[in-house]
Amino acid sequence: MAITVRIPTVLRAHAGGKSSVEAEGATVGEVLKDLASRYPGMSGQLLGEDGNLHRFVNVYVDDDDVRYLDKLYTTVREGQVVSILPAVAGGGA
Amino acid sequence: MPSYALHRRAGGFGTRTSLPSMLQMDAGVVTEMLAHCLDGLPDEACGMIGGDAEAGHGTICYPTRNAAASSRIYEVDPRELLAADRDAEDRGASLIGVFHSHTHTPAYPSPTDVAQAPDPDWHYILVSLRDSEPVIRSFRIRDGNITEEPVVITGG
Repeated sequence: MAITVRIPTVLRAHAGGKSSVEAEGATVGEVLKDLASRYPGMSGQLLGEDGNLHRFVNVYVDDDDVRYLDKLYTTVREGQVVSILPAVAGGGA
Repeated sequence: MPSYALHRRAGGFGTRTSLPSMLQMDAGVVTEMLAHCLDGLPDEACGMIGGDAEAGHGTICYPTRNAAASSRIYEVDPRELLAADRDAEDRGASLIGVFHSHTHTPAYPSPTDVAQAPDPDWHYILVSLRDSEPVIRSFRIRDGNITEEPVVITGG
């Protein structure tokens, strides 16, 4: 099942310069693994060695942050869009 | 084509040339940004700036919720970040930077800001509310190096 994945500008160089690509999977975790196998530069950017999502990456299914859904086990259906963005955070002290 | 990582720890940085050497912001964007920073007190406030990345021109302010709700750290609310990214794209623009306030410290990136800077092409705008008059400064952050750039306010 092909899912559209939106790639953030900072990672587009790893995806042939494309702003969105297709990947296969029934869950967010499967889609990200497939993405990493198609674009090896992407592997290590999204998932840590423990297999969890890096804390500095936000992944969404349509409008929802997967951290508030079932994380990597969140299911995806044909027609849904998975978006990847960098987490934007910092601090003054 | 240079290849960048989402985070310094992940490695893979290249070197990019011909970056805009200043940040131009529309006066209305600056007003909205300052109002959001003052509204956020006593917490740090944050938001995104949309505009023309090539020209280094900020034309849209996206005030966002500080999901960390803290006077010492900030996190742009992830849903609002996605909404801003889509809105900018719909308008033929892109997110070109992030702003946040420092409530008790100068308008200069903290070690946390540098370590977590997600995109080497962004402008990092700091608003210090430490003194009676807000201070706005803008920086580029790449490979852990901080370079200040002039802020030029245009129009209005």
